[in-house]
Amino acid sequence: MTTSAVHPPEQRLESAQPAWPDATGHFGVFGGRFVPEALVAALDDLTAAFEAMRVDPAFVEEFAALQRDYTGRPSPLTEVPRFAEHCGGARVLLKREDLNHTGSHKINNVLGQALLTKRIGKQRVIAETGAGQHGVATATAAALMGLSCTVYMGEEDTRRQALNVARMRLLGAEVVPVTTGSRTLKDAINEAFRDWVTNVETTNYVFGTVAGPHPFPLMVREFQRVIGDEARAQVLEREGRLPDAVLACVGGGSNAIGIFTAFVPDEGVRLVGLEAAGDGVETGRHAATITGGSPGVLHGARSYLLQDDNGQTVESHSISAGLDYPGVGPEHSHLHDTGRAEYRPVTDAEAMEAFALLSRTEGIIPAIESAHALAGAMRLGRELGPDAVLLVNLSGRGDKDVETASRWFGLGDRSEVDPGPGMDTDQHATEGAVTSGEAVRGRDAGSQA
Amino acid sequence: MSALEDRIGAARAEGRAALVAYLPVGHPTVEDSIAAMTAAVEGGADVVEIGVPYSDPGMDGPVIQQAVDVAVRAGVGMRDVLRAVEAVAAAGAVPVVMSYWNPIERYGVERFATDLAAAGGAGAITPDLIPDEAGPWLAASDAAGLDRVFLVAPSSTDARLAATTAACRGFVYAASTMGVTGTRATVGDAAERLVARTRAVTDKPVCVGLGVSDGDQAAEVAGFADGVIVGSAYVRELLEGRGPEGVRALSAQLAEGVRRRSTVAP
Repeated sequence: MTTSAVHPPEQRLESAQPAWPDATGHFGVFGGRFVPEALVAALDDLTAAFEAMRVDPAFVEEFAALQRDYTGRPSPLTEVPRFAEHCGGARVLLKREDLNHTGSHKINNVLGQALLTKRIGKQRVIAETGAGQHGVATATAAALMGLSCTVYMGEEDTRRQALNVARMRLLGAEVVPVTTGSRTLKDAINEAFRDWVTNVETTNYVFGTVAGPHPFPLMVREFQRVIGDEARAQVLEREGRLPDAVLACVGGGSNAIGIFTAFVPDEGVRLVGLEAAGDGVETGRHAATITGGSPGVLHGARSYLLQDDNGQTVESHSISAGLDYPGVGPEHSHLHDTGRAEYRPVTDAEAMEAFALLSRTEGIIPAIESAHALAGAMRLGRELGPDAVLLVNLSGRGDKDVETASRWFGLGDRSEVDPGPGMDTDQHATEGAVTSGEAVRGRDAGSQA
Repeated sequence: MSALEDRIGAARAEGRAALVAYLPVGHPTVEDSIAAMTAAVEGGADVVEIGVPYSDPGMDGPVIQQAVDVAVRAGVGMRDVLRAVEAVAAAGAVPVVMSYWNPIERYGVERFATDLAAAGGAGAITPDLIPDEAGPWLAASDAAGLDRVFLVAPSSTDARLAATTAACRGFVYAASTMGVTGTRATVGDAAERLVARTRAVTDKPVCVGLGVSDGDQAAEVAGFADGVIVGSAYVRELLEGRGPEGVRALSAQLAEGVRRRSTVAP
């Protein structure tokens, strides 16, 4: 890989449509519908309504107006040179989804799905949430459009993300803590599906990521692809060239698909997904589904997942509630198997190092989820060298993570964040973990989270 | 040839519906679950639906979730399931496996079909596999001579009813209500309407599941269906500590119910 890939001047200005999924929702061998028959009619209705709506000029106009006037799109592109000094001198451009209303990219999708809910005449929406960002976004859209809203959230996550629970309730949503299984996002999805199959006549399921049965992976991609469509045009306008690599964190993978899609046909652009490696993939305590998992069926689609020899889903682990999911969207599995995208693990420690670094060098506190992408940029930048241009999706802001970060860095008895000298030197960072005394202390604190 | 269709046909010849009992393998232990299945047969079950434990049982309500969770945590796998299949066959009922799709796919679809047939199993019910995605299973079940049972639901369109029943062998599983497994006070009219719609597109036996818990409900369903499937009520006997005796007594009550009405639909 050269560090200064030359892109042809006649490069596309408009984004192309990927050749997948097929009419029944398959991305190569992945995707499809592995659901109870009772849900098939609702999924068919949803597919038909979505296909009709996406070409309806009235919808397109209404959706565009909401994105502009309510979400605040287009989101800016911010170059971060002080952070980039820790990325081997590569230039780093952040796509600022953290500046969207509600604080993450999740709003892009829920506004689309909420409009769709109204179009199919349903009055109630349900949603699952991990970090709470999708739950907050859904509660927001429901409040805006006068829909009743129930959000399922693993009990473990309601503790990790108490602030977002309060936000959802302020917005008028009912938040149901889920106490089955591992009490995290995976179990919240199970519970939401149980609600849906029972109440499907009145209720629409606003799914939060590019996983689940067809049409969710397609629909969520199409509502999120605005991220990459905008960013591609912004980079071209500013730089006169495409980036060398596009990086995004991957849990279920909606922000990554959102920013990747426009670049999929640009073969010279590397697409890099950063998975949550928790304590390290080798420890078994991680959420790096593609890196450490195998193909199977979970939550309605075939994709990579973390499973044991009996086909039981294995519990995932990550400091980031939004990435703490043992599955991944089927399109990512397809992009991986075809080699179009690469997926790399980022540990909790690496992500928290990047979290602190962006905060201190640029005055931007990222979501811990997005910090995984930043950590990936620190490593890839060193690999590619000083002339590389890296586009990173800053998918959310870190307000919700301040308490987790405080515990990680041991801030309870300190007056300022000091992740230690390790973060200021390249050699420490290339180790992939903060190894200074302060950071070791931080790691211990984090394990109590 | 279909072991399930033969057994359900034999019940019909007696002027009654068949009783299908669901119990998951591994709750409270593998041995105790096999003892409970045997007791269900002794009490009068014609068919035992042998549940494969799964970590994410999206179609199941709290009772079955609780039981299956115990089995998943104990690491119960397909080998234990095949032992249960042999035991149920030995007890004189027709064993049919009930499994979410991923445990079968992980075990290997062809290997599952071969091993299930060798153990004396009639086939499998797959609640989250629709025929649209079932290519490998259709081929493997054909090759092994196994029955395959897909579900139909009140929300199924007529076109889907036709396609799904065409893919079934053994019987058609009619999910009586929109929702997850669990006992309900009434089974409701939706089940009878669904059975009527299903019979309009197929001659295969139609069994009704979801919500039946006692003899009276079994009698009601037996009035319009070829078989009555009971799950959560059996599992509750074990969860509440009544053991194989409770299971046997429930089977006896349900077996009386499926015989009470002799007006099994033609």
